[in-house]
Amino acid sequence: MNIRLRNSWWSFGFRSAILLYFFLLVILPIFGIYVQSFSLGWSAFGDSITDPLAWKAVLLTVRIAVITALINVVLGTIIGWVLVRYKFPGRRLLNSLVDLPFALPTAVGGLMILLLLGPNSWAGQTAAKFGLEIVFHEPAIVIAMLFVTFPFVIRGVQPLLEEMEASEEEAAYTMGASRSRTFFQVILPTMLPGIISGGMLAFSRALAEFGAVVLVAGNIPGRTLVASVYIFGQIESDETQAAAAVSVLLLTLSFLILWGINIVQGRRKRT
Amino acid sequence: MRRLWIGLTYAVFLLLIVIPLFKIASGALQDGVGGLVEALTRPEAIHALMMTGIIVVIVTVINTVFGVMLSIYLVRAPWLHPRIKGLLNSIVDLPYAVSPVIGGLMIVLLVGPDTVIGAMLEGAGVKIVYALPGMVIATLFVTFPLMVREVMPVLQEIGSQQEEAATMLGSYSWYTFWKVTWPSIRWGVIYGVVLTVARTLGEFGAVLVVSGNIMNLTQTATTLVYQDVENFNVLAASGVALVLAAFSVGLLLLMEWAKKRREVH
Amino acid sequence: MHIEVKGLSKSFGDFQAVQDVSFGIQKGHLIGLLGPSGGGKTSILRMLAGLETPSSGDIIFHGQRVNDLPPQERGIGFVFQNYALFKHMTVFENVAFGLKVKKLPKDGIKERVQSLIELTGLKGFEHRYPAQLSGGQRQRVAFARALAPEPQLLLLDEPFAAIDAKIRSELRTWLKEMIERVGITSIFVTHDQEEAIEVADEIMIISKGRLEQKGTPWDIYKNPQTQFVAEFIGESTTVANISSLTGFEEAAAWSGTKGLIRPEYIEIGKPGEITLASAAMRGLVRHIHFRGSEWMVELEIGDIRLITYRSLEKEVLKPGDPVDILIHRAYLFNDSNSWIMENKLKVDPMPVII
Repeated sequence: MNIRLRNSWWSFGFRSAILLYFFLLVILPIFGIYVQSFSLGWSAFGDSITDPLAWKAVLLTVRIAVITALINVVLGTIIGWVLVRYKFPGRRLLNSLVDLPFALPTAVGGLMILLLLGPNSWAGQTAAKFGLEIVFHEPAIVIAMLFVTFPFVIRGVQPLLEEMEASEEEAAYTMGASRSRTFFQVILPTMLPGIISGGMLAFSRALAEFGAVVLVAGNIPGRTLVASVYIFGQIESDETQAAAAVSVLLLTLSFLILWGINIVQGRRKRT
Repeated sequence: MRRLWIGLTYAVFLLLIVIPLFKIASGALQDGVGGLVEALTRPEAIHALMMTGIIVVIVTVINTVFGVMLSIYLVRAPWLHPRIKGLLNSIVDLPYAVSPVIGGLMIVLLVGPDTVIGAMLEGAGVKIVYALPGMVIATLFVTFPLMVREVMPVLQEIGSQQEEAATMLGSYSWYTFWKVTWPSIRWGVIYGVVLTVARTLGEFGAVLVVSGNIMNLTQTATTLVYQDVENFNVLAASGVALVLAAFSVGLLLLMEWAKKRREVH
Repeated sequence: MHIEVKGLSKSFGDFQAVQDVSFGIQKGHLIGLLGPSGGGKTSILRMLAGLETPSSGDIIFHGQRVNDLPPQERGIGFVFQNYALFKHMTVFENVAFGLKVKKLPKDGIKERVQSLIELTGLKGFEHRYPAQLSGGQRQRVAFARALAPEPQLLLLDEPFAAIDAKIRSELRTWLKEMIERVGITSIFVTHDQEEAIEVADEIMIISKGRLEQKGTPWDIYKNPQTQFVAEFIGESTTVANISSLTGFEEAAAWSGTKGLIRPEYIEIGKPGEITLASAAMRGLVRHIHFRGSEWMVELEIGDIRLITYRSLEKEVLKPGDPVDILIHRAYLFNDSNSWIMENKLKVDPMPVII
């Protein structure tokens, strides 16, 4: 009896410790930032996010994140398709390389873009000849975000294509459907949940991206200053309440997207 | 048509991944191997790499232990109401949606020197923000979902019958865990560890905010790269970045291997 | 082990899985828990094992209440539906697991495992992994593993569900023999009545969380005590206006009474073939189906449809043929009662009256 009593105390302690850790590490900080952003009242919160630099940064971020997500949707769908459906030399290698942007530190990613397209590089100088400026301008931000979010759509589409049985496609052919009709009415709808959730993940990651962007964006307030860098700047200048306010805006947006992804994936599981 | 798509795929990979990777290497070796060695043997570089190493070890250990235990509770625990389990389960993903900078800010707001808790701890001689503990906490926050998301599906897939069978044969929870559960989730955990290490190694935004990026004190490899770039010392930055990139590629290979093993078992 | 269960109930949220179930089991008996899927059989088994906590009621082993005893200390062997073999362990390690937990000496473990492996006919497979075994072999391993720590009670959850129909009956006989040889009290869950009738000494019929009837297979077949049991065991057709059938006119005395007739209660023959002609009535053959070893005949009497079987040795009937139909007995039931009624005209044939 004694042993069992001691056991139950142990397991009680253990459970509490794990749940407490979860609470302190994840729930409390998120809760805290929402509290902090309203700590000086609604009007201070309003002032913080209506600061022109703040909302310009948020708008810029959202705009570029949308562009990034759209490019990702197109490229990711094609690449996911190619990697699953075609057998060609180097396929396995490419398939492993897909994850590299996840494995690579984002700051390294930013530096790579800087080295490759910067004002001293061959590509940068060529572009400059045509009057195109990449680094420290919007295109660089798009490229940086594209690099970090590259795997999402591909990894979303691949399992769906692999699961899909050839018989579905064959059934469409036997009913006289053309190749393009089969693609748009049979294959694409199968891939769609992966494309949508992959695109949403890419969008939310792009919204949050900091490391790669801060190195290449130039961070000119009002022009190339994205939200996460703006928040960083506010923290550096000890304006934590303003930083928290913009953070809350960004967080809420991200949480909504996460919720949307859950719904898309939940629907997929049910059917 | 087929050729076109494959060609396009190769082109994207080449432009987006392969060429940049080579560029880092060539950038670091711009002044030959000597330049690379010089960049890496700077005291701040050695210290930064060491800091990163320490954080990787601490974070990986804590995240693995707590991640595995939490996964087990979220999948199995009969003492948690299913609705609470569902709620906790969706909260697990939240750090994915939080920008690292915001993650860092949260910790500064909670235990920074201007807060009640922070001041109290500082009074007791414990410094969290602008010191190692804060950097560890920030990285733990960012890496939190990685282990849970790897282990939970494996636990769900193997089901609880083998564990119940062990129970019926007289085995108590620890013995059951090590002899029955662990061999089944092992490869999932290893995959989670690799992901955690990769993410910790590369963590930048959260650490930058929490650490204050103080050279030779709280500077990590990634924040050193940032500082070098800001100081227009691209060569030195490339050197450290090359080391990080090499580790990442190594981890990627490990990831592929773990994935394959996981599929076999 | 002598087992007693009193007022056992289990609810999951609003769902009542088991409701007020009580029974006793004698030492050494082999009991079948039979009932439709989702009826609470497995929940009862899991509560006996301690894997599930009862919402109320007592479980008593050897006169001692064990509700609060953890499963590890109940001394029960459990064979899971899909066997739940440890897939990263060999057959030997699987069987040895329970002995290692008990910290038995190595030699002792080896000896006991070897003898069990021989008993279950798994010799030569000791070093295989579960994935390399057939369904039947896996079941034997699960059985050997459950028996290794010398439990006093063996629980088996749908032990044959995952096995090919072909070898299922072979394994049934094997399992029954094995349990008899070991002499252990055993309870198994099944939704297959044939399996329960063939294997069990005693059957408990469970439906919607309630114990409908407990008894030997023959008892339950012969004297079903509830409508559910009557319908569940064996084949049958339910007839609403039973009093319109010859010999069952008295049933009209209880309004709302229906009758349940099994194929084997019915005797048919060409007109004039049946000796007790006065107890029989005229009907038509609607359909005949070849069933391998006999004919299944669908009959029509007015608007009543019945089913019976006919030997292949007898003259083949054709659809539309008139036949004499003698119904020996029917199982009658209404909202409050149920009983068996023999064909009155057969018991008390008319010729005597004339």
